[in-house]
Amino acid sequence: MDLRVNLCGVELKNPITTASGTFGFGHEYHTFFDLSRLGGVGVKGLTPTERPGNPAPRIAETPSGILNCVGLQNPGIDRFIEEEIPFLRQFDTKIIANVSGSTVEEYEGMVEKISDADVDLIEMNISCPNVKCGGMTFGTQPGMVEEVVGAAKKKAKKPLIVKLSPNVTDIAEIARAAVHAGADALSLINTLLGMRIDVDTRKPILSNVMGGLSGPAVFPVAVRMVYQVRQAVDVPIIGMGGIRTGRDVAEMLLAGANAVAIGTALFADPLAPVKALEGLEAYMQSHGVERVADLTGAVCL
Amino acid sequence: MVKQEICMVVYREERGNGLYALTMRAPRIACCAQPGQFLHIACGEGNLLRRPISICNVQGDLIKIFFEVKGSGTAWLARRGPRDVLDVLGPLGHGFDLPALGARPVMIGGGIGVPPMLYAMRAARDACNAQPSAILGFRSRNLILLQSQFEELGPTHICTDDGTSGVHGFVSDVLQDHLREYTGICACGPRPMLKAVAEIAAQAGLPCQVSLEERMGCGIGACLVCACALKLKDGQEGVRYGHVCKDGPVFDAKEVVW
Repeated sequence: MDLRVNLCGVELKNPITTASGTFGFGHEYHTFFDLSRLGGVGVKGLTPTERPGNPAPRIAETPSGILNCVGLQNPGIDRFIEEEIPFLRQFDTKIIANVSGSTVEEYEGMVEKISDADVDLIEMNISCPNVKCGGMTFGTQPGMVEEVVGAAKKKAKKPLIVKLSPNVTDIAEIARAAVHAGADALSLINTLLGMRIDVDTRKPILSNVMGGLSGPAVFPVAVRMVYQVRQAVDVPIIGMGGIRTGRDVAEMLLAGANAVAIGTALFADPLAPVKALEGLEAYMQSHGVERVADLTGAVCL
Repeated sequence: MVKQEICMVVYREERGNGLYALTMRAPRIACCAQPGQFLHIACGEGNLLRRPISICNVQGDLIKIFFEVKGSGTAWLARRGPRDVLDVLGPLGHGFDLPALGARPVMIGGGIGVPPMLYAMRAARDACNAQPSAILGFRSRNLILLQSQFEELGPTHICTDDGTSGVHGFVSDVLQDHLREYTGICACGPRPMLKAVAEIAAQAGLPCQVSLEERMGCGIGACLVCACALKLKDGQEGVRYGHVCKDGPVFDAKEVVW
């Protein structure tokens, strides 16, 4: 059984990665499983300097999902490079650095700096719903997407993945804009903007009023968007959004993804990525699939 | 080291007023648990997130928890009984630093914050050779928990909000009256109670550790949702965010931005 996938010239041993923002920098999960089992690790979103994030409450549970408004809390790119890359390099897995900025210049600077660090792939987050400046505002208008991705691509010396927001009218149009501007790959979906209100106090549950919805509740939306983007562009896609099981992974691949990321499922079960990998293998075995790459876009209409 | 363990429930107690206790066999977690640490328990298919619940007691392989039914997760948990299995992460977080509380620590609990103080009090007496006391606050007489178990371990003051048992008043009132008997304070309960206790401790110059709560995600420090505002380390203006699951749940009261 051949589980390898190729993302813009970088070979992942299998299509399972972790979704940025759910995995920290891997320290907490490596006590549960060997990170070398993963095709890649997507690490916490980085900004030019340390960000404290939003006040609590930052999470609200919803039916089959969660809303979060962490607000890109992170130690800043320099500390990631100094302290976290050496830790992650102990494992035989690809490092996907996730970078954000609040201006086009900051995105350029982030991509330039992380390009010179020892990472394998760069994921550019133009879709965070929880920060006031930048984030999702860049990812929801095709013109802005072209501008910021075009500028960042000029500085990128590693494959550039652009992470798309689902909070748009036409995801295919955004995907085409990103690819036109030079995106080597796309990842989707980031969280769906949502809100909960405590009816007893009449106050929003989240400190930031609104937050990003993730978890199994968003899975069908993610599958649909990956399918639409696969019809629109030819670059590799990392599919994410509510994946829990190996069969979910297969579904995302059939919709058009080349690899997947597992996020919120980790909170329910720290072993979720490993179990999903085993489930994918079982699916391939039972369906006589030799190469995982053959599943990509193989939905029968 | 945090472990994931499939634990069998051996005993269930229904205490009335939505309060339950479960005792489970969890040898891998029990062997390394510390007072003030908690378990993160999966609560059925319908509830995506685990529920964080403090450890009330550890005896050999057995761990006891107390909890109040507040939503669908704890309601699911309340329906578990002997021979049911639970998927548990633990022991989690940073517990009480009992040696730092001196020879005569006082354990302060309020409401559902009372049970974890029993574990702390037992450890203070048995592992630290201290002479601990307890001050326990409840809304009313019918909600009193674990009184005799605390009394076995040391002097125990009960107070109720409505005066139906013990002192009519708050734990902070009792603490103020007996302050000179204590060398340190540790507390778990509602935030206003913790704040009042922390202020008394600060005025008296006594070490004080508080166990905080926040809405939690992963429980192990990766998702960063259970933020709590802490003072900057070098005494500068401003706040930093610690995380209840990993940096806490027990914090030095002086660090917390109340």
